[in-house]
Amino acid sequence: MTYYAFMGALEQGFAYGFLVLGVYLTFRVLDFPDLTVDGSLPLGAAVSAVAITAGIDPYVSLLLAMIAGFIAGAVTGILNTRFGILHLLASILTMIALYSINLRVMGRPNMTLLGKSTVLDPLINSGIGVFNAAPFLFGLLSILGLLALLWLLRTAFGLTMQATGANPQMITSQGVNTSRVIILTVGLSNSFAALSGALLCQSQGAADVNMGVGTIVAGLASVIVGETLFGCRSIGRALLAALLGSVVYRLAIALALSFKLGQFSITPSDLNLLTALLVVAALTLPRLRRKVWRR
Amino acid sequence: MIEIADLVKTFHHGSVNEVLALAGIDLKVKKGDFITVIGSNGAGKSTLLNCLAGSYGIDSGHIRIGEQDLSHWPEHRRAALISRVFQDPLLGTCAPLSIEQNLAMANRRGRIHGLGKGVRRADRELFRRQLKQLGLGLEDRLRDPVGLLSGGQRQALTLLMATLIRPQVLLLDEHTAALDPKTAQQVLALTVQLVAENHLTALMVTHNMRQALQLGNRLIMLHGGRIILDVGQAEKAEMRIEDLLQKFYSVRGEEFVSDRMMLV
Ligand SMILES: Nc1ncnc2c1ncn2[C@@H]1O[C@H](COP(=O)(O)OP(=O)(O)OP(=O)(O)O)[C@@H](O)[C@H]1O
Ligand SMILES: [Mg+2]
Repeated sequence: MTYYAFMGALEQGFAYGFLVLGVYLTFRVLDFPDLTVDGSLPLGAAVSAVAITAGIDPYVSLLLAMIAGFIAGAVTGILNTRFGILHLLASILTMIALYSINLRVMGRPNMTLLGKSTVLDPLINSGIGVFNAAPFLFGLLSILGLLALLWLLRTAFGLTMQATGANPQMITSQGVNTSRVIILTVGLSNSFAALSGALLCQSQGAADVNMGVGTIVAGLASVIVGETLFGCRSIGRALLAALLGSVVYRLAIALALSFKLGQFSITPSDLNLLTALLVVAALTLPRLRRKVWRR
Repeated sequence: MIEIADLVKTFHHGSVNEVLALAGIDLKVKKGDFITVIGSNGAGKSTLLNCLAGSYGIDSGHIRIGEQDLSHWPEHRRAALISRVFQDPLLGTCAPLSIEQNLAMANRRGRIHGLGKGVRRADRELFRRQLKQLGLGLEDRLRDPVGLLSGGQRQALTLLMATLIRPQVLLLDEHTAALDPKTAQQVLALTVQLVAENHLTALMVTHNMRQALQLGNRLIMLHGGRIILDVGQAEKAEMRIEDLLQKFYSVRGEEFVSDRMMLV
């Protein structure tokens, strides 16, 4: 793998890091399988691209993207808790709806940011190097995001988030409205997914309505890879594992894409299959390891 | 101070499986009453407690605590006034969270769970002191996940959590039934101690008739969703298990033998 491919994988790993933290929040903490992210990630990209094109500061556009993502997630939460729709279906409904909404937001299927300012400009101007700017900035931001989540999960409200996933009857008997917790947490998770989308569109220079396809599978694969490699004993450890899992996952993909055997090489269209295989491998690895240990 | 008036609850309303679980319950509970609740399987005991706590909505009737009519309050809102311990020791605590985190949540029952620190240093002192009185050594294990504790330890912790903030009424639904006899005795003793110390108002469902006669100051018997016996302290002191059996016998005929009622 070349240096540029490596830095590119880091950039993607950290940019998707927010999404993976969000997926960890819904799937693991809240026990809420949320597919909304397939729609909220491109939503974040769309909002950010439109905002920047309209002359809004790129950093402010991140905030706008997160707000939009939060609303999308909250809608899923409301469909589930207030209207009693099964969580999986509720999230699919929002995801489908978001496809149309994203097209409306951009007014077309894709938008380029060529020549527009992005969050990377200040760094690139400082002379850090075009290829280093994104991995550095996104790494920094995703660590800040991780610390913010860690703080949140340790607040009184954060405890109710964890309890809502683990034992809803218990936390209801402590006077907590679990519906509210679910709406807020799924909202937060999707604001993270949208932030990933916004960062990606700024570093890639374009937003595309189809860029969200498979987001949830990649996010889940990253979470599982992280858990398998780095453990999840404490909540801090688990968050770190999720973020590192995202990086490892993107590195693995970059590695796979650089793979050549005679005439055969792996193309981006093979990635879905590879991701599925990766998840299967990560899920069976612990069992295999136990077997080896016993011997 | 707790008033239940003509409480009716049916399940599967309008279907062939319709069950009339509560057929008009009238009950006035005075402050400080410790009421034991008995009755055969399916008599409606758990349904009564669930309707009080708000887990089930009611068809008709009223539930008042003090001046407040909470007949249609959602469960989480009632938690400010009502605390409970379930039969299943896993239900009252949150396994992946630590002992101190569980206690911290209970210490905010019915209040705002905001963005302040989940467990504060001052809390820990309180928790340690409270845990010490359980005599289980849990005061040294504040950061252990609750999932590591035994069923009895978890039930004792649940009891402590239910009384950390004084409830207007404590609901206990066969909370010792899933424990081995020795642990059940310990948890029961703790229950009596906590109720007495905090002068709590409590409703305790039990299948053990000796317990039902020994504990508390009042006993009610449910059958077919109705209260068929309601005796106060003096009368209860005179009663023997045979008298209760007699009562069962008169409403249930021969069936009672197959019941899981414990005779001793
Ligand atoms: N969630 C429910 N859905 C449908 N029917 C129910 C439900 N809960 C209770 N019932 C029915 O209501 C009636 C009363 O049940 P309840 O659980 O209150 O009895 P109980 O007195 O607690 O009995 P046990 O001693 O077995 O715990 C029973 O006929 C039961 O089948
Ligand atoms: Mg019952």
